[in-house]
Amino acid sequence: MDWLFFGEISLAGLAMGGLYALIALGFVIIYKATRVINFAIGEIMMFAAYLFLAFAGGMELSPWIALPLAVIGGSILGGVIEKTMIRPMLGESPISVVMVTIGIGSILVGLVEFIWTADPQLLPSFLPREPVFIGPLYLAPKIAYGFLIGSALLIIYLLYFRFSRGGVALRATASDQAAAYSMGINVRRVFNMAWVFGSLAASLAGVLVAATGGLSPQFGIIGLSVLVVVIVGGLDSILGALVAGVFIGWLETVAGAYLGGEYRMPATFLVLAVILVIRPYGLFGTHEIERV
Amino acid sequence: MSILEISNLSLSFGGVKALQDVSFRVPENTITTIIGPNGAGKTSLFNCISGFYKPQQGNIRYQGQPLPGSIKPPRRAALGLARTFQNIALFRGMTVLDNIKLGAHVHMKSGLLSALAYFGPARREETAVRQEVEERIIDFLEIDHIRRQPVASLPYGLQKRVELARALAMKPQVLMLDEPVAGMNREEKEDMARFILDIREEWGITVLMVEHDMGMVMDISDHIAVLNFGQVITEGVPADVQNNPEVIKAYLGNSDIDSLRRKLNPEGEVA
Amino acid sequence: MRIGDAKQSYEADEAIWTSSTQKLWLGFFLLILMVFPFAVDSYLLYLGCLVGIAVISTTGLNILTGFTGLISLGQAGFMGVGAYTVAWLSINTGLPFPITLVLAGLMAAAVGILVGLPSLRVKGLYLAIATLAASVFLHFIFAEWEPVTGGMGGLSLEPAHLFGLTFQSDFMMYFIIVPLAVLMVLAARNVFRTRIGRAFIAIRDRDISAEILGINLLRYKLMSFALSSFYAGVAGGLFAYFYRVVTPESFPLSMSIFYLAAVIVGGMGNLLGGILGAAFMTLVPEALKLLTAALTPFYPNAPVFMSPMLEIIFGGLIVGFLIFEPHGLAEIWHRIRRFFRLWPFRN
Repeated sequence: MDWLFFGEISLAGLAMGGLYALIALGFVIIYKATRVINFAIGEIMMFAAYLFLAFAGGMELSPWIALPLAVIGGSILGGVIEKTMIRPMLGESPISVVMVTIGIGSILVGLVEFIWTADPQLLPSFLPREPVFIGPLYLAPKIAYGFLIGSALLIIYLLYFRFSRGGVALRATASDQAAAYSMGINVRRVFNMAWVFGSLAASLAGVLVAATGGLSPQFGIIGLSVLVVVIVGGLDSILGALVAGVFIGWLETVAGAYLGGEYRMPATFLVLAVILVIRPYGLFGTHEIERV
Repeated sequence: MSILEISNLSLSFGGVKALQDVSFRVPENTITTIIGPNGAGKTSLFNCISGFYKPQQGNIRYQGQPLPGSIKPPRRAALGLARTFQNIALFRGMTVLDNIKLGAHVHMKSGLLSALAYFGPARREETAVRQEVEERIIDFLEIDHIRRQPVASLPYGLQKRVELARALAMKPQVLMLDEPVAGMNREEKEDMARFILDIREEWGITVLMVEHDMGMVMDISDHIAVLNFGQVITEGVPADVQNNPEVIKAYLGNSDIDSLRRKLNPEGEVA
Repeated sequence: MRIGDAKQSYEADEAIWTSSTQKLWLGFFLLILMVFPFAVDSYLLYLGCLVGIAVISTTGLNILTGFTGLISLGQAGFMGVGAYTVAWLSINTGLPFPITLVLAGLMAAAVGILVGLPSLRVKGLYLAIATLAASVFLHFIFAEWEPVTGGMGGLSLEPAHLFGLTFQSDFMMYFIIVPLAVLMVLAARNVFRTRIGRAFIAIRDRDISAEILGINLLRYKLMSFALSSFYAGVAGGLFAYFYRVVTPESFPLSMSIFYLAAVIVGGMGNLLGGILGAAFMTLVPEALKLLTAALTPFYPNAPVFMSPMLEIIFGGLIVGFLIFEPHGLAEIWHRIRRFFRLWPFRN
């Protein structure tokens, strides 16, 4: 076995996993606050990446201006989706709400094809290009810097939710909606903010992932990998999102490199299936007590 | 003789002890009532008997046979343990008639193939059940006028009655009623009390009931067990339970015993 | 206007069609289905076949998702199992279509039971994701198990045959597909007149109470999976005979979502809704194609926008129906019927 190759693949996988962790964090924020499983998260990422393309490529803005603009655009999209399409579904069965997010995904794909056509696109490169070496291991610079930027946001998020007022309101809403409401927390606002923050994380990750691998209307498929991450980690667990994100990113890359691209999805879904059978609520998720 | 015997039952969720060493018995063909303050563990006890919760200790004997945790809820239903729920648990997507027929599920046999064709056994069985439900239960509970309605559209009192009908369709030996008259007005309560008495007397079914309405409890119960903080304080006939100082203390703390005695006394507020 | 429908026996009261008006309409509808292939051109005939296949599969998914409350993202996978079974059997054994279709259904049902097994422990959306995993694995098997499935190239098969008769044209296929669709919808209707259908609905509405009332959850959830995937398998088998080529890409994840959308748009937990939804969702893209063709002379770019429009309309229908008409087309249909029942005497 070529350990150097394995090390490099693993490193790339772990870095990719860092981005998965960021997306999964966005997913978990939305789930914790609103109990909505957001199947459209891949499409929100895609939309933000196309926005970046429009700002940086079409309008020829500096990528470092286009990036925040695209991320803000993606966050606003999340907020608008919550307000117009998710809020009317309050109190409906989870099946219906999930289907709404699937429908939203389809609408976003259509919009993107409408505006930017269905052809694959390359994002203008904006990350440094010098090769990165960690010890003897080479890491593609796009992946390395993507990982760094993603991790920075991830750490900001973790600190924010731990210490800020908004973070406390979010956690309070997550643990008991009615109690949070009666303590004067504006639950509707929290719902909306959760979608905005969740989409913000997804949008940044979307641009970074698209910068390494290209962009097309099929980009949203990445949502499936994220789904695996959050189920394996536990839908309502931030720690789970981080651990499982890194692990699934690594597994996917290693399986792709050693077995071939067609094994990426089956490999991660195999892990998912095993987790579902032995720990149905994920590695770190909470098991709710059922009542009659 | 006792149809149901609970001995030393203990159940806890994490650190919360829902039931501690609970023992009591349900004599056959009686109306036995469990009373106690909110959170005393009454519904948890029902859930243990139904098999939905698994007690950590103790055992339940039904008709002289042990009911271990390996006997799952559906099997218990088939053995004749039927119940209603504290927060009405009707199936909202079905009509009154279908809800009641669902109760007969455990006594029906037809399989998938015959159901797909609706020919032969399935057809005969469905028609027979329909007839039995109509003639024995719907007439008895006086709900024939609503049989075609979806349950969600019914007023609360009627929903409770449909739930009772569904439990009767299960052909129970022991009928467990979780707060059968909670939230009802006086007339509805009187109807329900009459049905419960008839069920015991005419159908020969043992009734095990959880209820807060002391007037009705003292009026129709043959046997009462008092539960507080997951423990049985006392059990016996209504007159004894009513005057038991422990019971009074459980309900009111240590203060005004006389006013509580009045409260526990059915006179003046007959159900 | 219709007044009252007196019944003499419980058996008569349990019938599906309880009035002579209803029977008349039913007869009329069946007659139209019979005459249809003789009266229309090949394009409409082709659409008729597509709708028929979609009705079977949607009805199956409706049993599982609409009536039992188990959301499944594996419907296309189960159809694939049926299609590959038919393709493999007709290539390797040459059996006539009634046998291959039944075997396709049974094979899909077996896979369905396997996929449903986690429902012992996982519920709701977790189960949906288990079915998603199943569809990923099935796609993988279709693509990689070359000796049996022909790999990415798939399998090509001969037309369906029975007693020396060959069902090559759409016209001939219509007479397999549509009667089968009618039969299978009727069979589903029958199930919901019996204890099995009631058990499904009870599990959907309140699974824990259902269990305490005597319903063995695992048994009935698996039965629902089996029945639903049997329908999917037969629909997939018909798909194979209809297109006579089966590849891994014939049954993508988007197809599973298509069938979920058909169930939702039609009306979850309503068989008529499933039929309406299947027809509607199959015909919308076709209508859009016609519209595009009509617009092309004026806007040469129209075809470019068709595919994105389709995505937007598809998503918009799902979202719109869930928000504004959660009981789907079936509810609209009932509203129309209520209107005419008392017509012309309205209150």
